[in-house]
Amino acid sequence: MSDAETTYVREVEIPNKAGLHARPVMQFVDLASRFKSQVVVINVTRAGGERVDGKSAMQMMLLEATKGCTLRIATDGPDAQAAADALAELVCHGFGVHPESASE
Amino acid sequence: MEILRGISVATGVAIGEAVVLEAEQFRIPFRAVSANAVPAEVDRVVLACEASIVELGHQAETLNANWGSDAANVFQWHIGILKDARLRSNIETLIRDRLWSAAYATSRVMRDYQRRFLQMKDPLLVERIRDVQDIERRLLRSILGETREDLSKLTKPVVLIAHDLTPSQTARLADTKVIGVALDAGAATSHTAILLRSWGKPGVVGLKDISTRVSGGEWVVIDGTNQIVVTNPNEPALLEYRAREAAHIRLSGQLDEMRGLAAVTRDGVPIDLHCNIEFPYEVAIGVNKGAAGVGLYRTEFLFLRPEGAPSEDEQYSAYREAILSAGGRPVTIRTFDLGADKYTQERSYEQERNPMLGLRSIRYSLQSLDLFKVQLRAILRASVEGDVRVMFPLITSLMEFRQAKMTLHDAMEDLEEEGIPWNRDIKVGMMLETPAAAIQIKEFCREVDFISIGTNDLVQYLLAVDRGNERVSQFYTASHPAVLRVLRDVVRVCKRAEVDCGICGEMAGEPLYAIFLVGIGLRQFSMAPANIGEIKKLIRLITVPQAQRLAGRALGFETARQVSNYLRSRTRKILPEEPV
Repeated sequence: MSDAETTYVREVEIPNKAGLHARPVMQFVDLASRFKSQVVVINVTRAGGERVDGKSAMQMMLLEATKGCTLRIATDGPDAQAAADALAELVCHGFGVHPESASE
Repeated sequence: MEILRGISVATGVAIGEAVVLEAEQFRIPFRAVSANAVPAEVDRVVLACEASIVELGHQAETLNANWGSDAANVFQWHIGILKDARLRSNIETLIRDRLWSAAYATSRVMRDYQRRFLQMKDPLLVERIRDVQDIERRLLRSILGETREDLSKLTKPVVLIAHDLTPSQTARLADTKVIGVALDAGAATSHTAILLRSWGKPGVVGLKDISTRVSGGEWVVIDGTNQIVVTNPNEPALLEYRAREAAHIRLSGQLDEMRGLAAVTRDGVPIDLHCNIEFPYEVAIGVNKGAAGVGLYRTEFLFLRPEGAPSEDEQYSAYREAILSAGGRPVTIRTFDLGADKYTQERSYEQERNPMLGLRSIRYSLQSLDLFKVQLRAILRASVEGDVRVMFPLITSLMEFRQAKMTLHDAMEDLEEEGIPWNRDIKVGMMLETPAAAIQIKEFCREVDFISIGTNDLVQYLLAVDRGNERVSQFYTASHPAVLRVLRDVVRVCKRAEVDCGICGEMAGEPLYAIFLVGIGLRQFSMAPANIGEIKKLIRLITVPQAQRLAGRALGFETARQVSNYLRSRTRKILPEEPV
């Protein structure tokens, strides 16, 4: 583990109508998997929301994150800040129309 | 080596590599593995995931080309799930920590996710259950072996293992290299079992969970004669079974030699042995085995096909083909017996709480008069080609029989008006399959030309046992004293009324009951072509007084066990070399 290792947290609201359905989940997971850091996601809007692995498509679906829900994205690792920012950006922009432009 | 006990549908031994038919729509029962098998089980999950990803990739590509990217994206999501390292490790943990089989662990994890999707409030997310199910099936298919589509492409003889087969799947076995079948589900008289029997290769059903004990590729012995299946047989067992396989082939050769001999008792009483068929091509097989006619043509199999109900002309040509192949021998055509465990495409999604007591058989026919009339017209038109009899199934009341007959007369009038000929001597009879009909047999005898006892349903309704339910099928036995007495009474009344009475259930083809049935006065038996040789051989060894004595004795017992023990010991004395 590098010295730069640190935990970074971002909270974002889901703006898009369909919420975290199949395609957005895939975009999120694809993006999260490009980083070395661990990514943990919680849907804070849901009472007792569980912590799920942001790199697991199946678990991300379990967040039941619909429009208006707030996601807490916690990253931990060498590229934690970059990961948290990129993922928060993706969610904020409603997963974009084009998956490629949204994952910059 | 593991020995599993089931119910035999056809005797003989088949030895081959196992192919497991896809495990859709059923729960994978629990199975544990030994600790040293863990790495292999884990590998199977990984391989299944990777194979599924490749499969899905091809599918997505094709979809993308034909239906556009939205459709293809659906499968992209499936690929995403299959790549999910967390999901794989969940499954792996269960295999490692609890020593569960790959199939069971996979199924458990996937079912767990399905349950959680089900609890969600967002309908869009709940819909994802279908995807998770789809992924589960794909994985299980990959873990458990080959798929249905591959059966026709088999290049070497195999033994087929499945949870259950539909009648139409079973009917297609004839075109494959499958040499034997073993199923979790079913009882000796399910329609799948009936089809397996006419197919004539070794089969054992009611094995409960064989489809999860066998993964495909290993050696399996199906011993239909002793009602067992041996998985991974050891060397001595394999050698022994090879010898038995050869002996069975010799024996069936001997039985085939009986073809030219008459079915008469030692004291010269002729017994008519007819065959039961599902498809016209089977008439030739039956005649070749020595059948004196077709005692039961189960026409519903014409209706159980993806294209839906056959047209009048399609039916006409099937019936005509059967009648012509019978070459002047009588052909008894039973009108379609749909419902319960046999559904057409149109009705396949209707659920009934108790289908065996539901809208089935003649009830369904009388409520679908258009469909029924088309069939009756087709039968009448074909009847000019030979000695044809029409038989109505599952009659429970005189009104029902009268209504069915009236519909037949309507069809005759229509043909008359159109100037189309039919056989005016056509005989009209019924199957005796319900306790109600047995009790009112005297009244029925005044209205029918003939009676054919359908023991499968009769036993089921007399004993209140669903013959297809493996949890109670052990209670289903034709040896029950109540069954024997009802049979005796029905035959007696018919004889007094001078009405032809035959028997066409599975009981008719079982050596165990043959002597008894002759003893109570039955002279016409209809059975699967494969059983004719054996029954004929038995009949040629007995006399009528001997059979009568045996029947009298059998009727005196109080329990089914006493009856079957007695019949077994008597039959063994007469046919020592045959397994009974």
